[in-house]
Amino acid sequence: MLNVSIYRYNPETDAEPYMQDLEVDTAGKDLMVLDVLELIKAEDTTTSYRRSCREGVCGSDGMNINGKNGLACIMPLSEAMKGGNKLVLRPLPGLPVIRDLVVDMSLFYKQYEKVKPFLINDTPAPAIERLQSPEEREKLDGLYECILCACCSTACPSFWWNPDRFIGPSGLLQAYRFLADSRDTSTEQRLADLDDPFSVFRCHGIQNCVSVCPKGLNPTKAIGHIRNMLLTSAT
Amino acid sequence: MVTSVTNFGRSGLSDWLMQRVTGVILLAYTVVIAGVLLLCSPDYAQWKALFDETWMKTFTLAAILSIASHAWIGLWSVSTDYLVRHVLTIKLGPAVGAQANLLRWAFQAASAVVLFTYVVWGIQILWG
Ligand code: SF4
Ligand code: SF4
Ligand code: FES
Repeated sequence: MLNVSIYRYNPETDAEPYMQDLEVDTAGKDLMVLDVLELIKAEDTTTSYRRSCREGVCGSDGMNINGKNGLACIMPLSEAMKGGNKLVLRPLPGLPVIRDLVVDMSLFYKQYEKVKPFLINDTPAPAIERLQSPEEREKLDGLYECILCACCSTACPSFWWNPDRFIGPSGLLQAYRFLADSRDTSTEQRLADLDDPFSVFRCHGIQNCVSVCPKGLNPTKAIGHIRNMLLTSAT
Repeated sequence: MVTSVTNFGRSGLSDWLMQRVTGVILLAYTVVIAGVLLLCSPDYAQWKALFDETWMKTFTLAAILSIASHAWIGLWSVSTDYLVRHVLTIKLGPAVGAQANLLRWAFQAASAVVLFTYVVWGIQILWG
């Protein structure tokens, strides 16, 4: 039997959130955390969480697993509990809870929107497509893979304090993804939009983002690149 | 983009650069002072002679100005992290949270007054 402690909150019926303790029969298997949640939901259908792909692609089941943000669908119990005997599930920290493990991601998406996550190119469109050399394309590796799961931004203390003004690791990784793209012509404007004391510079290099990213990406490094680009364009 | 009123129109980059530059000046000053103390443990007369040198006066003034601006940027950051409505509401309740702007401005004003006093006082000591 596996001991599970899960954060429950239904604003319509609960005065405040509480932790519900359960025992789940995993038949001794090293299941993924999401499988455990499915077993729990089979017993109690009011248990709420987001999920879709169950293979680490859609980014919808980011949650706080035994104190660390991650995707439930690709997190094996053995890794989540590190030899302990209790699984503790909470919603991603720092965002308003809608219900149980479901959080309101509006602020997170607002920051994503701010970086204009699309190619801007004011030159006439070529007949077929805008070409990139293999070297130019390579610069996007480690950036385009982000699935917007929000594990990083909600692990970042600077994002907890200023979720409305600090873009956060996820948004900044995407900001750099477009700054680094050879087909984008809006570099100057993008940089100008980032040069206030909050958007980029609230990053203090704590690197929580790097340690939790389920896709192994490195937002801190991208933020360093943005800072260097700002420095270069200013001097 | 955001709050150019409260940060006096500074750019994030210039703040960041300022922290680095002033940090280096303060480090250099600390090394020099520590070196003097450790190597020659000066008496009052030697100490005074050292501070009569123009380069030492200039260096000390640079260090004082560095402390003031380093501390201002740092305290301003801290106050805009913690003395904001949602943080104070969670930590100290909605009544305190509602006063966040007032508290933050009071804290920033007090910091500015203290730092300005230090600068004036420091200049008086150096050239007084
Ligand atoms: S490195 Fe920067 S973005 Fe990443 S967690 Fe730390 S402060 Fe946040
Ligand atoms: S950088 Fe990683 S942790 Fe952050 S949103 Fe993208 S995939 Fe998720
Ligand atoms: S369910 Fe899609 S990433 Fe986990």
